[in-house]
Amino acid sequence: MSERQLSQEQQEFREFCQRWIEENKPDPHPIPLPQAAYEVTDPSHLTYLQEWQAKCYEAGLIASDLPKIYGGHEMTECQAIASAEVRKADVPYFINWIGLGMAVPTLLECGSEEQKARFLPPIFSGEEIWCQGFSEPGAGSDLASLQTSAVKEGDQWVINGSKVWTSLGHFAQFMLLLARHDKSDKYGGITYFLADMNQPGVTVKPIHKMTGESGFNEVFLDNATVPDAWRVGNVGDGWKVAMATLTSERGAGVGVGAVATESPTITMAQVIELAKTTRRNGRAVWDDPVWRDRLVKLYERIEAAVQNSRRAKLKHLNGGAMRIPLQGKLVGSEVGQELHHTALGILGLKSALYVRDPNAADDGKWPLGYMNTYTGTISGGSSEIQRNILGERVLGLPKTK
Amino acid sequence: MSQPKDFGFDEDVQMLKESFARFLDEQKTIESLRPSIRGTEDPIHGADRPAFYDEKAWQQCIELGMHAVSIPEAQGGIGMGLVAATAIAEEIGRYAWASPLSNTLHATFVLNQADTADANALLEDMANGLRVALGFYGEEGSLLPDSTDVVADNHRLTGTSWYVQDAMKAQVLIVSAKTEQGVELYRVDLAEAGVTIHRDRIVDLTRDQAHVELLDVPASLLTTHGRECLEAAAPALATLMAADLAGAGEWQLQATSEYAKVRQQFDRPIGFFQAVKHPIVNMMIQVDEARSLVYNAAAAFDFDREDASRCAHLAKSSASDMGAFNARNSTQLHGGIGFTWEADVQIYHKRQIHSEFLFGDGTWHRAQLAELL
Repeated sequence: MSERQLSQEQQEFREFCQRWIEENKPDPHPIPLPQAAYEVTDPSHLTYLQEWQAKCYEAGLIASDLPKIYGGHEMTECQAIASAEVRKADVPYFINWIGLGMAVPTLLECGSEEQKARFLPPIFSGEEIWCQGFSEPGAGSDLASLQTSAVKEGDQWVINGSKVWTSLGHFAQFMLLLARHDKSDKYGGITYFLADMNQPGVTVKPIHKMTGESGFNEVFLDNATVPDAWRVGNVGDGWKVAMATLTSERGAGVGVGAVATESPTITMAQVIELAKTTRRNGRAVWDDPVWRDRLVKLYERIEAAVQNSRRAKLKHLNGGAMRIPLQGKLVGSEVGQELHHTALGILGLKSALYVRDPNAADDGKWPLGYMNTYTGTISGGSSEIQRNILGERVLGLPKTK
Repeated sequence: MSQPKDFGFDEDVQMLKESFARFLDEQKTIESLRPSIRGTEDPIHGADRPAFYDEKAWQQCIELGMHAVSIPEAQGGIGMGLVAATAIAEEIGRYAWASPLSNTLHATFVLNQADTADANALLEDMANGLRVALGFYGEEGSLLPDSTDVVADNHRLTGTSWYVQDAMKAQVLIVSAKTEQGVELYRVDLAEAGVTIHRDRIVDLTRDQAHVELLDVPASLLTTHGRECLEAAAPALATLMAADLAGAGEWQLQATSEYAKVRQQFDRPIGFFQAVKHPIVNMMIQVDEARSLVYNAAAAFDFDREDASRCAHLAKSSASDMGAFNARNSTQLHGGIGFTWEADVQIYHKRQIHSEFLFGDGTWHRAQLAELL
């Protein structure tokens, strides 16, 4: 971003962000944080991260451009600047990433005025953590086959069923909930709710991942209730509203400062450094032209993602509003996976040494990170589903059932 | 980074690109090319094709000023940068246009680096419609300034220039030649005695190619700083060829996607099947990456020259790989039809695997890039 293209407000805000982050960066937590926000399970990490997010919100780094009535700071085109500065700095992630990345854009697009005023500010501050209740044991890629039922009783809805892969469910106050009010209509029978997690009908049970960590859960809804005022959109509009949420999840949303994971550019630089410092067969791995070609190809693709985001904003060059944004999650997660696997290859036999092994490279970060990349290629619509969506919505190919 | 957010792609460049695309659309480039490649299906017994180019279309292109887009105003050109030239190159690729225009753009960026009276005079002639070709390759085809097989002695050239693109369309050859001082650039009139143009039989149907033999041919010196000049122009040449690949790659994507919507098998359009749908999406992913890196490289050359080499390596590495990938998939997903002479995808396929290696392939560019990381 060139200096001369920023407004005075943007220019001053950027300098403010840089100064503020430098002065307010928290000391590291005594127990190292997990790699991503969706792996946090330690309550002391939660408190630490909530305090950090609250401070950032207060300083204007979150909800920078939104109106005051929603808890925003009413600046003009400053959010992107704040997000870029946060991403660049070596600071903790925002714990409320589902709230910021999914609940906020959904509420802004589809929520009532009352819902926006009630729910947005505590999302920004991190005071109320959110989770997403979409997937079910029998409804993964085929999300619309979900069976959790919603029955209207007076001015509230009674919910029964179970949700799965619920990241942050163990800390969440609220859930973005999809439930079925009509069994006879696959898509039109779904309604979208905001559900309170702190009630007797809700039970949260942790699931352990292949990494050994937890962070996501199974959630059982047993006569749980939701007031009708917390329904988003009309009865039967749930699928449409869900698409607004998923569009944000897949990287096409408005963005209010959600940073859940490390930037790929930074990971790439670390892997190149790893290749330069790891020796095998009498030389640095980086000096092996085969490895070098693989690494530079990945560097090229990560740089392409950066330039893609730049081009996505230019109407005359982007080939349609959704064409590049809908590729973001798919390509980012696949390239990230390959990058992590390449890091294992650079380490060779050393890549078997896992977290807490005293000889592990970077405390086992690479094998742990590698396994966690499957979160990206599977959740939020697997890569296979993403390719269907791109083929159908962008290229107009016939719809796969 | 001091590049503009919009890649320097302002309204002037947009208008230029759109009007050039409209012009090429009217030319019906592939339809016009077809008669010249009719009846030459058999590579062993078939007759040699004439080197196709539509002279009337070239004259119209000159009237539009497209050939002079990056020639400085002082030399009678429009004086726009690589961003504008890249926009044009992308459309040349999209329409697979056989013409002297690619050479003209490439030569412009070489001569712009020379800054001599003779180079400027040649630019002026080009602005007036003179058709040029570039002779920088030796027989190896290495992309190094001193890889030429031509030797200069007292302004007379001897040796062979290899892989001269669109030589049959050119009047003048810009040649790099070795001297005792290093590498120099010369201007040679292709009608001069001692020049023999050996036309190569090549796979690509949208270009012609030759090796040009020079035997004690008089030539005029363009610059004694040939090496510096070629090195400075290298990012521009790689970016222009990457843009050509990106334009053709988008054509391949759209053609394959459209075919998958109409071709029926098992009672459905084949695009219904994920085994077809997903590779088409992969073509889109690749072409989008290449295209974004191309715009970035062009903007770097115009606005942030220090970063131009890195960005050009990124662009050509990405575009070369994409060109090969989209070529493979376009033919494969068209099935038997895609393998025939009558299919337009075969024309683009061949252009792409030719462009893939011009001005450095993906592997070469990544090796260069690694030195910068």
